[in-house]
Amino acid sequence: MSFLGLHKAIERNTGLLVFGILVVASIGGLVQVLPTTLDDSLSAPSKDVVPYTPLELIGRDIYIRESCSVCHSQQVRPLLAEVKRYGPYARSGEFAYDRPFLWGSKRTGPDLLREGAKYSDTWHRVHMTNPRVVVASSIMPAYPWLAERAANASADIEARLRALRMLGTPYADDVIEGAPKALEGKTELDAMVAYLQSLGRHAGDVPDQHAGH
Amino acid sequence: MSARVLHYEDRIVTAFTACSILWAILGMTAGVYAAAELVWPELNLGLPWLTFGRLRTGHTNLVLFGFGVSALIGTSFYSVQRTSHARLFAPRLAWFVFYAWQATIVLGAWSLLAGWNGGKEYAELEWPFDIAIAVAWVAYGVVFFGTIARRTVGPIYISNWFYGSLIIVIAMLHIVNNLELPATLGKSYSLFAGAQDAIVQWWYGHNAVGFLLTGGFLGMLYYFLPKQSEQPIWSYRLSIVAFWAFVYSYIWAGPHHLHYSAIPEWVQSLGVVMSLILLAPSWATMINGVMTVSKAWQKLRTDPALKFIVLSLAFYGLATFEGPMLAIRSVNVMSHFTEWTIGHVHSGALGWNALITFGTFYYLVPKLAGRPLYSVALANLHFWLALAGTMLYIISMWAAGLSQSLLWLSLDDLGEVRYSFVDVMRAMAPYYLLRLVGGLLFLGGTVLMAENLRRTFAGARTVAVAPPVLAAARHAVTQSAERSL
Repeated sequence: MSFLGLHKAIERNTGLLVFGILVVASIGGLVQVLPTTLDDSLSAPSKDVVPYTPLELIGRDIYIRESCSVCHSQQVRPLLAEVKRYGPYARSGEFAYDRPFLWGSKRTGPDLLREGAKYSDTWHRVHMTNPRVVVASSIMPAYPWLAERAANASADIEARLRALRMLGTPYADDVIEGAPKALEGKTELDAMVAYLQSLGRHAGDVPDQHAGH
Repeated sequence: MSARVLHYEDRIVTAFTACSILWAILGMTAGVYAAAELVWPELNLGLPWLTFGRLRTGHTNLVLFGFGVSALIGTSFYSVQRTSHARLFAPRLAWFVFYAWQATIVLGAWSLLAGWNGGKEYAELEWPFDIAIAVAWVAYGVVFFGTIARRTVGPIYISNWFYGSLIIVIAMLHIVNNLELPATLGKSYSLFAGAQDAIVQWWYGHNAVGFLLTGGFLGMLYYFLPKQSEQPIWSYRLSIVAFWAFVYSYIWAGPHHLHYSAIPEWVQSLGVVMSLILLAPSWATMINGVMTVSKAWQKLRTDPALKFIVLSLAFYGLATFEGPMLAIRSVNVMSHFTEWTIGHVHSGALGWNALITFGTFYYLVPKLAGRPLYSVALANLHFWLALAGTMLYIISMWAAGLSQSLLWLSLDDLGEVRYSFVDVMRAMAPYYLLRLVGGLLFLGGTVLMAENLRRTFAGARTVAVAPPVLAAARHAVTQSAERSL
């Protein structure tokens, strides 16, 4: 059957058209996406990469709730200027426990992948409460209410940790059971600062930096 | 099939059109307000749900899924009946799609502003909404393909293929990218982690652009451009070749969003190559559109609807050229993470998607109302506001993006970074203000359109259009479609 003959059949048969679109649109995904989602070398954690503590996890979930990633990337590229500005470039093994990934696509504010330990906890507390106190020209929103809310206000930290464990994050029973206690008296601001300070703590694992470009 | 069809089901088209315009105004207002917050950061007034992050997410969801998808479903229901010479299949199911979709938009927007967020760009809605969307989408597919299956003409017209690819591929992308494990009602965690999650997300994200903002709207183009210019498609064969090339090659291009990241190099390179190849089907369609209208240029003097559609075609050509260029790694290294990305998105979203939708509505609403457009002068004013707004927006963001990357990547004689991040951020202020003005102009035009179309529709008589039943005419249509192959 000639190409045009085949096409005459497709364009007169709803089922064939649906099937044709499905097959042709799937090829790219089957060749490119499916193998990479099955590639263990992309999902294995680097040495010394550990899961987020309950407090850091709450902080990360607040980061997601507030869509921080629409203005802050967490992906340092292997470019000299970026490595100089932010620190070691990103490696796949650092993100093994990141669900979802938060690499972002835009830097209205700076990249945060290596943010941990760059500033003191106090700096972060002041900055989150009103960024313009420490960076006069900042255009980041102020988040004063984080200090007023309990980190475990919705009392679901165990459910969150269990869900993550089902997906493969190795949380021990005592970490999960002790999580509500670990969050007692902590605010959302505490959680946020803990998360921000955890960012980049694995940077030391990255062996050498071949920053070309 | 059924010769007893009385008239087309058009009330649902009116309903989708009205909602689409409402979401356009609300979504663009959210965008303009978010743009203003980048100039005056205190504008969130101390309210969590008005902070930039939440508002920006509300903006993208309202314009994409409220304005864009409502327009696509409405116009596809209109055109699939006319190109099939058949009444809409399962009208009750179609109304279910309408109510389910609009409820998802209302509650979804509320949930995003309240802080429910899955964390993946353009797929932020949490798992209960993901399920609602999947159900409504499958119902949409049943109505659409059911209507095609009961058509009384031979070939399936090209616009329906594009709308069809929208339905099928978006279903596939949506389901896979939103595979997640719920922890609570408002919180879930992605089945994929880290680098793998990134690959899946941009396979989704890029092809949401591909099959929703390109494929779906090309369906709109292939029906409404020939109708409005009163010319047949210039080359039906070219439209077929371009269709399959488009469906095949778009899906590979996602990894160009992840250049220089921790995903395998071969995946990035494949993304570049396929992005460049994508230029061919994109421009083939643009050329087909321009050639179609080339015998009707004189209509542009008097017809605002056609003016919008032709201008949208120009922006389509621009954005589909810019996209592959941005996919090249040495260009991407300059554009990625900068305002240039925002400029590129809006040259497509405002210049192409919004303008073709406006043109289509200016054609469609008078047809649905059974009376001429309330004011051609207002529509012309809208045209110039939309064009000026789009140009101001994208030029300011291009300039901002280029400045950003040049300053960020600049090193001094000692090999250290020359400008602090704060210095570069401060340099963005004038561009952000210009962008805000551009957005305001565009929004102003949209409000004019809403009023113009409302007045067109006010007091309209009920219009019932019957499918043509002339056997001879049907035979002629079939013959001509066959000849063109």
